Amino acid sequence: MTFDGKDKLWLSGNEAIARGAWEAGVSVASGYPGTPSTEIMEYLSSYEGVYTEWAPNEKVGLEVAIGASFAGVRAFATMKHVGMNVAADPLFTAAYTGIRGGLVILTADDPEMHSSQNEQDNRNYAFAAKMPMIEPSDPSEAKEMLALAFELSEENDTPVLFRITTRVAHVKGVVDTAEARERQEASIEKMPAKFVMLPGNARVRRAEIEKRMAALKQKAETLVENRIEQGSAKRGFITAGVSYNYVKEAFPDASILKLGMVWPLPEKKIKEFAASVDELFVVEELDPFLENHIKAMGIACTGKELIPSQGELNSFIVKKSIEPQSIGKVYEPIDLPMRPPNMCAGCPHRGIFYGLSRMKDVFVSGDIGCYTLGFLPPLSAMDSCVCMGASVTVAHGMSKALGEKGKGKIVGILGDSTFMHSGITGLVNSVYNENYTTIIIVDNRTTAMTGHQPNPASGSTIKGEAAHSLNFEKLCTAIGVKHITVVNPHDIDATRKVLKDEVARDEVSVIISRAPCVLLPEEIRRQKPVYFTDLENCTGCQACIRLGCPAISWNPLTPEEALARGYKEKQKGHAMINEAQCVGCGQCAAVCKFEAITLKEEN
Amino acid sequence: MKPSGNILFSGVGGQGILLASEITAYALLNSGYDAKKSEVHGMAQRGGSVVAHLRYGPRVYSPLIEPGTADIQVAFEMMEAARYLPFLNQDSVVVVNTQRILPPAVATGKVAYPDNLMAEFENRGIKVIGIDAFDLAKQVGNLRTANVAMVGAMSCFVDLDTEVFLHVIETKVKEQFRDINKKAFLAGHEAAQAK
Repeated sequence: MTFDGKDKLWLSGNEAIARGAWEAGVSVASGYPGTPSTEIMEYLSSYEGVYTEWAPNEKVGLEVAIGASFAGVRAFATMKHVGMNVAADPLFTAAYTGIRGGLVILTADDPEMHSSQNEQDNRNYAFAAKMPMIEPSDPSEAKEMLALAFELSEENDTPVLFRITTRVAHVKGVVDTAEARERQEASIEKMPAKFVMLPGNARVRRAEIEKRMAALKQKAETLVENRIEQGSAKRGFITAGVSYNYVKEAFPDASILKLGMVWPLPEKKIKEFAASVDELFVVEELDPFLENHIKAMGIACTGKELIPSQGELNSFIVKKSIEPQSIGKVYEPIDLPMRPPNMCAGCPHRGIFYGLSRMKDVFVSGDIGCYTLGFLPPLSAMDSCVCMGASVTVAHGMSKALGEKGKGKIVGILGDSTFMHSGITGLVNSVYNENYTTIIIVDNRTTAMTGHQPNPASGSTIKGEAAHSLNFEKLCTAIGVKHITVVNPHDIDATRKVLKDEVARDEVSVIISRAPCVLLPEEIRRQKPVYFTDLENCTGCQACIRLGCPAISWNPLTPEEALARGYKEKQKGHAMINEAQCVGCGQCAAVCKFEAITLKEEN
Repeated sequence: MKPSGNILFSGVGGQGILLASEITAYALLNSGYDAKKSEVHGMAQRGGSVVAHLRYGPRVYSPLIEPGTADIQVAFEMMEAARYLPFLNQDSVVVVNTQRILPPAVATGKVAYPDNLMAEFENRGIKVIGIDAFDLAKQVGNLRTANVAMVGAMSCFVDLDTEVFLHVIETKVKEQFRDINKKAFLAGHEAAQAK
């Protein structure tokens, strides 16, 4: 038997959502990469008939989608949970304008912070922005419910929020496919009372929101996606999203009210369900969102007193929280060395962070990207990291607080994509309100951490077509930065000199540290030299080890072994380059004072 | 054959764990099972510890394996086998690539690589099969097929025909790599059978 790949596919949640957007007849989609949402736009860009793009940030992406909706076609914006904070400005007012073409805004939340700086629960945005929110529990539902989200949007003249979490986005499951719906024809239609949000118009639209949400609350009562699975009357569970799966496995015989729409809530249905069971539990990841609203209806239920509000859930945690006596013993974990992620062998970020690691008095205001790994030992050269773009502005704030004391000690560091996302406005402020910080743009020509999405400086679009490449030097000049230096971070000595000179300046300076990411396809293909360790010359000084390159390891020696190899008795070991991993960046050779790291001759 | 089961894949970013778990998933789907698989992307891919959960049965809800319920663990590295011990039970089978990949703290000489990790399983009565997948891959002629050799070794412990896996490789792997991956699969299968 062969798994039928025609009307059934094995897809990740993100692949299923891309398919769902195409089937739903989306015409325009925009987003900014962010784990766990990134692959949606990547997959969607491979479908015919849909315009897709990488926007410089989530606010831009959402506004693009609003514009497409105003032109009368179905539009889709994607972002990770923290991206919704960036897009919150257009989000809240889009509830007022409503839509012309269906508009769905996807947030991919990351409970457990697998790849994020916080684990905020974006269901709170549905309440705060007064918008309906749909939440699927697996890839199959994700595709089906995206179609529902667009229907609800058009039927109710509202943007619809669509929330997934990591365990929907990056879970694979079996998905049924359907034909694509016909796309609407775009047109200009002037509707100023609806689209121009001046106070006079906005007050009228404000009232519309209340009417619409009341209608949606009614709709929630009969929506098939808010379904009761009748089981034993002893225990009832209200749950949504991925938590539904955990309840099904932990308590297969219980009654369940599964909510496909998590806002607004079907009050009557919840009351009836609560009355039908002896004991009512609410199982949800992160905040007590459903629980608080259900309690506000005057319904007694148990939730966060038992279920953790931090991190992800799973069926084991759900069972253990509610029925601790039913849990058997499991093996304790063994104490093992951690294996944290690391900058790749030959990563250009290493050169600049090595330079910063040698400047102990300097406060390094960091940012979000692969280079955040510069925080980890042995480089340990990052002192703060808050959100996208904050490197520049936190540095500014520190300099204003420190005054003279901070001179020559404040550096901000951020990547090319992060600079365009939300670093530029901070730099405008730094020049306008004069400070003495040095901002380092680590320009590796791509958005690396999320898997190499092109950005406005990469010279190509999401589809790989040629595009204008933003010139950072000219942009910084236009902003008013007087001191702009471009450096190759693999050149360790030059990099350290530039850092020393620029950080000492009394005015804003920008260092552009430019070298391509080693994982870019053209870099992987490039023939590279390989370095090797000349063991006769190695003194065991560990200068190269302090780079933290995964291609270099330390081989410890006993005094006898050291003597046997012709080293001094006190030499504790030697460095060793794994030639299979080396990509020839030359940083280690530059820090070696003993000519123990040399280029391998070509055969 | 078992009506349902849980297979845990673990290793280091870049070892080809996703392809190995994909081949296994398709083998199960082609045999009529429902399945779900959970992966982690993003930051973890930069040389960090990587894990994939694969669950199958008549209808699978949760994408995550509960502690103590993995039937098989396929580990691509010794320490990444031991790290997930809480997922195992006395009846679990661990198929482990005996290769060691040094994490940063070991590579920089700060801590030692733990020795005799096999005993951690054996002492608890867990069946553990050590496979030198790197060597098998070298023998078939392509170092990048070590992951498929591990699938071959694992296939001895799921009740599916070898043919089912070979058919997946035939249909899902790029043409120029098909034959070498089939060879690697069979080499892994034989190596595990001999244990």
